Amino acid sequence: MIDARGYSCPTPVVMVQKAVKAGNPDTLEVLVDNQCSVENVTRFARSGGYQVAVAAEGRDFRLKLQK
Amino acid sequence: MKKVNWLVVLTGALIGLAALVLTAQGNPANMGFCIACFLRDIAGAVGMHSAAKVQYVRPEIIGLVLGAFVMSVATKEFRAKAGSSPATRFVLGAFVMIGALAFLGCPLRMVIRLGGGDANALVGLAGFIIGIVIGVQFLKRGFSLKRAYEVGSAEGGVLPAVVTGLLILVLAVPALFKASTEGPGSMHAPMLLALVIAAVVGALAQKARMCMVGGIRDAVLFKDFKLLYGFVAIFLVVLAGNLITGSFRFGFTLQPIAHSSHLWNLLGMVLVGWGSVLLGGCPLRQLILAGEGNGDSAVTVFGMVVGAALAHNFGLAGNPDTLNEAKELVVGGISTAGKIAVILGFAVLAFISAVNLPKEEKAAVGAKAA
Repeated sequence: MIDARGYSCPTPVVMVQKAVKAGNPDTLEVLVDNQCSVENVTRFARSGGYQVAVAAEGRDFRLKLQK
Repeated sequence: MKKVNWLVVLTGALIGLAALVLTAQGNPANMGFCIACFLRDIAGAVGMHSAAKVQYVRPEIIGLVLGAFVMSVATKEFRAKAGSSPATRFVLGAFVMIGALAFLGCPLRMVIRLGGGDANALVGLAGFIIGIVIGVQFLKRGFSLKRAYEVGSAEGGVLPAVVTGLLILVLAVPALFKASTEGPGSMHAPMLLALVIAAVVGALAQKARMCMVGGIRDAVLFKDFKLLYGFVAIFLVVLAGNLITGSFRFGFTLQPIAHSSHLWNLLGMVLVGWGSVLLGGCPLRQLILAGEGNGDSAVTVFGMVVGAALAHNFGLAGNPDTLNEAKELVVGGISTAGKIAVILGFAVLAFISAVNLPKEEKAAVGAKAA
C-alpha cells in the first residue's frame, strides 16, 4: 500500500511509477488526499493497463489498482 | 492517440483569449498575463522596490487567487494544507522570480510572447525545457519537499484573505499605493474588467489543473500529455489573435518588453523550469494552489514577491532592447549582478535538489562527487 497523503503532484504518481517499475504488481492500493492526485494516478495507472476503483475515505481517497 | 482532455484545451484557449483581451484593453504588449511581472508590479506598488516603471496593484493576481478559491470551495476541493518545507519553498519562489525577471516573464508570458512572434521566447522555451529535464532527474531519484499536513481552514485562507484585503484597500484608499505613470506599470486594462476576467481564468485553471511546467514535466516523466494540450491551446489562440489583429511580428530584436541577450534568456528560464519542478508547479499554479488552501504555495507566492523586490533593488532584472538617439539597437539583458544572481540560483537549486533526496540517493550522489 502506498500512502501518498500529504504529497502533491507529481509525487504520488512518481511513487506509483516506482512501485510498478520495481515489481509490476497485479494489484496496488494508493491512498491520496486530493482530487488532483486521484485524477493523475488514475490516468497513469490506466495507461499502464490497470483498472482503477476509487473510494472516498473521509476526506481521503483510496485507489485500488488491478491488472 | 491518447484522449484529449477538453477542459484543459478549453481553459488554455480561454487563457489565450483573456490575454488578448487584456492586452487590447491596456495591458502591455505580449503581457495579457505574466504572473512574475504582475507580482513584481504589486511588490512595487506596496513600496517593496522603487523601480518607478513597474508599480501597480495588478487585479489579475487578485482575480486568479479568488477565482481558484471560489471554485475550490464550490466543488468541495478547498483543503487547508501546509508544512511541506515552507522555508525552502520561500527561497525557491524567490529564485524562480529572479530567473523569470532575467528573461522578463513567467512561463505563461513565455507562451504569450511566443504567440506574438517573439523569437526570444523560443530561446526561453529551450531553457525552460532544459530546466524541467534537470528537475525531473531529481524527481525520478525521489526528490521531495516532504509531505504537507492538514491545518486549520484559516491557514488555508491566508492568500485569498491577503488579496481580498489588498483589493479593498486599493478600492478604498488608492493613494496608499504607488502607481507607475510611465513604463509597463502604467499600462493596464480597466481594474474591474481585469479582475473579472482573471477570476474566471483562475476558476477554470483550478478545475483543469492548468500548469505551464506540469505539461512538459508530465510528458517527460510519464508520457502524459494532458497539461501540454493547455500550453499548446494558449499558444495557438494568442498566435491566431495576433495574426488577425496584425500584432504578430516575428524576430529577436526590439520585441515588446523583452531583450535579445540569448544566453541569459536561456539561463533565466532554466532556473525557472528547474525551480518550478522542485516546487511542483509554475508561478500560475502556485497562485491557484494557494487559492485552494495550500499554505505552502502561499509561502511560495510571498517568496516570489520578495524575489521580485530583491531583483529590482539589486538591479538583477532584465532590461529590454531599446533604440538609442541615433536609432541604433541597444541590446538589453541583465547586469553583472543579475548574472551572478542567476548563477547563485543554480547553486542554491542544486543544493536544495541534493539535500531533499532520499538517504540512499544522497549517499550515491556524495560518492559520485567524491
